[in-house]
Amino acid sequence: MLRYVVRRLAIAVPTLFVIVTLAFFLIRVAPGGPFNLERPLEAKVMENLNRIYHLNEPLWKQYLFYLGNILRGDFGPSFVYRDFSVKELFEAGLPVSIQLGASALLLALAIGTLLGSIAALRQNSATDYGVVGLATLGITIPTFVIAPVLSLIFGVWLGWLPAGGWGDGAIANKILPITTLALPQIAIITRLTRGSMIEALRSNHVRTARAYGLSTASVVVRHALRSAILPVVSYAGPAAAALLTGSVVVETIFGIPGIGRYFVQAALNRDYTLVMGTVIVIAIFIIIFNLVVDLLYAVIDPRVRYE
Amino acid sequence: MVARDDPVFPEAAPEAVTAAGRSLWQDAWARLRANKAAMASAVYLVIMAVACIIGPELTGHRYDEIYQAYTSTPAGVEAHPREAEIAPAAEDALKRARVEVKSVTVSGNQVSVVVADDEPVDERVVRYLDRSDLFTNANVAASTNGGRELTLVADVDRVRFFFGTDAVGRDLLTRTLFAGRISLAIGLLATFVALIIGVTWGAASGYAGGTVDLVMMRIVDVLYSLPFIFFVILLVVFFGRNFVLMFIAVGAVEWLDMARIVRGQAISLKRQEYVQAAEAMGVSVGGILRRHIVPNLVGPVIVYMTLMVPRVILLESFLSFLGLGVQEPMTSWGVLIAEGARNIEGTPWMLMFPSAFLVTTLFALNFLGDGLRDALDPKDR
Repeated sequence: MLRYVVRRLAIAVPTLFVIVTLAFFLIRVAPGGPFNLERPLEAKVMENLNRIYHLNEPLWKQYLFYLGNILRGDFGPSFVYRDFSVKELFEAGLPVSIQLGASALLLALAIGTLLGSIAALRQNSATDYGVVGLATLGITIPTFVIAPVLSLIFGVWLGWLPAGGWGDGAIANKILPITTLALPQIAIITRLTRGSMIEALRSNHVRTARAYGLSTASVVVRHALRSAILPVVSYAGPAAAALLTGSVVVETIFGIPGIGRYFVQAALNRDYTLVMGTVIVIAIFIIIFNLVVDLLYAVIDPRVRYE
Repeated sequence: MVARDDPVFPEAAPEAVTAAGRSLWQDAWARLRANKAAMASAVYLVIMAVACIIGPELTGHRYDEIYQAYTSTPAGVEAHPREAEIAPAAEDALKRARVEVKSVTVSGNQVSVVVADDEPVDERVVRYLDRSDLFTNANVAASTNGGRELTLVADVDRVRFFFGTDAVGRDLLTRTLFAGRISLAIGLLATFVALIIGVTWGAASGYAGGTVDLVMMRIVDVLYSLPFIFFVILLVVFFGRNFVLMFIAVGAVEWLDMARIVRGQAISLKRQEYVQAAEAMGVSVGGILRRHIVPNLVGPVIVYMTLMVPRVILLESFLSFLGLGVQEPMTSWGVLIAEGARNIEGTPWMLMFPSAFLVTTLFALNFLGDGLRDALDPKDR
């Protein structure tokens, strides 16, 4: 097991290297630069800025320079958020995004598997159709519709919760963003669980468990859910990576200081270092969670062995 | 398998006719027809598509026509201007003619105004009515009292905004239908792009196997780890924002899943006896891919496609929300929803109607996709 993990992490290094290289050159060949403002800067100022940020050197030199820096853990200064280094921005924003994303994911896993199992156990009943209908609706309503509607209803009309803002992480400020993030995930996980649960309930080992006279609860939770949860686990990996690195929509609408907003703003403003930083963080999350998924597979399904 | 004119079994043909088997497709079609939710969804989608294609021509407004007098008009069936607003507007228009407006009567789409003055009124006074945006075809209907009193008749341009208007005064119904055209087109075209790339890549990778497979799938993995939005922003930066780009960008990202699914299928298919038989007979790789592998992939691919169309439409609307979508005055459901979400408190109908169209369409597409999966999935039999 340990050897497998080490090997996977070793494979991740070249993957990460390719991603960094690809992203670096893609964003650099894009026309425009971080200092191309609506009102052009003076030529001398521009020249000085380019020199300070090494933008006047040939691209391959800049690339090697950047690679050297990130190997030393230095992600450079942000071009657009002056006075902040990329590292400082992430140190401030990443915990916020992770907190919201992780809460939303856990909430979605709990509610989604519960609803999905209930629907599967009562297949083709009114409950089942209701759950499937709601889940389908949940997939189809975009987050940027849910977010302003929730904010309007609970924040403005009812006045129960703050309509936006972070409030230094007060619980009341987190409820609406977490709900918005969780709703589509609940819908997807419900559908996944329902589908695999129906299959699991028909399988031989569940029939055997029933024949032994085990209680329904024990059959469902200990035997059926174990195999039914596998597709959910493989979905939850990439989903976790996406959720923990923040959502542009939720962070913009609720005014939350996470890192989700940075990526779009940075790419549009050619904030080279911040774009690269975000790409690396997201790629690392994806690689880690794919590994976690594979390991969880081995834990849940004893037939899966990594040697 | 018996050839039709096999001389060894001369009676085989007539028997085969009486016991005609049902093909996979007939079977699937029968099962799909029995699925009420899926059929209802299919009908709904056809209606929606027809409405979006011909609807914008029938509403009486152009999608980019601006009614400056009616910005942010709430949804409703009543015609604008309202009955009560016509008379003041007529008086207003005639104020500059320096005549006395004695009475204004509104009947349906016609207004008749009686004007009077101490001296005979110049008949050219009708121009003052014509000059206003509201009235057309103004003319003198009657002249009494030696021309000192004229009755003017004019048509009133009355328009209806069933879904209201947006902040600059464009009819939301027309825009929503027009946006549907764009959104549906992007959904279909992007899916098509993803389909072509994904099936080719996946089938080639899965069938070739070995090192080729490893390299091709590693490329997919790397692209997978690059954030999607990064690609799109770059494409937008390179080519500017336009309609064609949108579906290429979305399609170029969505093919990854398709390639993985197709590869998995291709790997299991190539171990089938009939493929090995074809190989033994010396059929070329391209021939086997075309004749055996790709046709057998159609089932899962169709299912995945129906579920991809709603995802693509949703992605497009997400890009529009970020301001990376199609540009004004062109519009898509995503653009309309993004506008509506920004003005949710003042003009809720601007969010309500486009969202309702988007959500119901996606809902129907999902149900149709589920129905197709149940119909085509041989495991479910």
